[in-house]
Amino acid sequence: MSAGPAPPPRLQDLFLGFLKIGLMGFGGVAAVARHVIVVERAWLDDEDYGQLIGLCQALPGANTVNAAVMLGDRYRGLAGALVCVVGIMAAPLAILVAAATTYDRIAGYPLARLALTGAAVSAAGLVLGTAAKLLVRARPSPISWACAAAALIAVAAFRVPLPWALACLAPLGLAGAAWSSRRR
Amino acid sequence: MNGRPLVQLAILFGSLSLISIGGANVLIPEIHRQVVETYAWLDSASFTRLFAISQAAPGPNVMLASIIGWHIAGLSGLMVATIAILTPPAIIALLAGRGIRHWSGSRAIRVFTGGLVPLALGLMLASGVVAARAASGGLAGYMITGAVGLAVFFTRRNPLLWMGLGMIAFMLAQRL
Repeated sequence: MSAGPAPPPRLQDLFLGFLKIGLMGFGGVAAVARHVIVVERAWLDDEDYGQLIGLCQALPGANTVNAAVMLGDRYRGLAGALVCVVGIMAAPLAILVAAATTYDRIAGYPLARLALTGAAVSAAGLVLGTAAKLLVRARPSPISWACAAAALIAVAAFRVPLPWALACLAPLGLAGAAWSSRRR
Repeated sequence: MNGRPLVQLAILFGSLSLISIGGANVLIPEIHRQVVETYAWLDSASFTRLFAISQAAPGPNVMLASIIGWHIAGLSGLMVATIAILTPPAIIALLAGRGIRHWSGSRAIRVFTGGLVPLALGLMLASGVVAARAASGGLAGYMITGAVGLAVFFTRRNPLLWMGLGMIAFMLAQRL
């Protein structure tokens, strides 16, 4: 981190920043998270942010929640981490409760079911498109491509349980990455 | 309220959260299997609808756990499922964030992310396939899944736009 003269953000700044990320994250929080953290609040520069998110992608859990934990902890310790997580989750959970209540009320109507099936097939496309985009952007080595393909085939075609898929492929992926980084 | 589903929700999402490398979206096939087949809390069609709502709502993709918790045990189910899927990864992130300040070895991190991120993304692709299959939208459904996927891949527009268009297209296709 470039140690600028700027004082670390206060707890209420962290809360408001992540509240905004949660509130504005329709269609995915990644873009708005970068905007708030890098452009608007200047908590990190682009490079630090890229490294932070890169690491978060390899950890279990939602990337932006992990980023919230790490940033909050870096600036304000445990309280900061907690404030950031509550901030990012508060608005989405409230909206989700409203949506779920509406769903319970309209779920019996055929038109509502049709709309939600339409939304679901589209959401599946959203998951596919986002994953494909990130995969190309990650510039995987040939071994990593093979790992990604094996994971896709194992889980989608053969319905291999996730713990098994990870137990087999994670060591392979790590070994491949270690090997290709040694050659460099 | 009966306490048992709450305990089951906590154990299910707490343990799944530990293997959600790359985000909760890699868990979709596993959550579907557990919630529909193992626990039989939901049928596949209801799972699909909750999945659609959780993807359309703003926020991190752990919301799928939240809305399943809501569906099974109301507000307390939502809170238990959300806290269960958030807490274990948050503790790991906290420790990792603190550890990294002391590590100088950036090569270790490069190997770690380079090895696991593509794998996580492959799992996320599988999630998309499983979700499309669970939605049971027939041929029109698969075509719209593919079209939305391509649109998200090739453009920089807000994906919610494509989701909305896809939903409308599906409804028209079914009604015509």
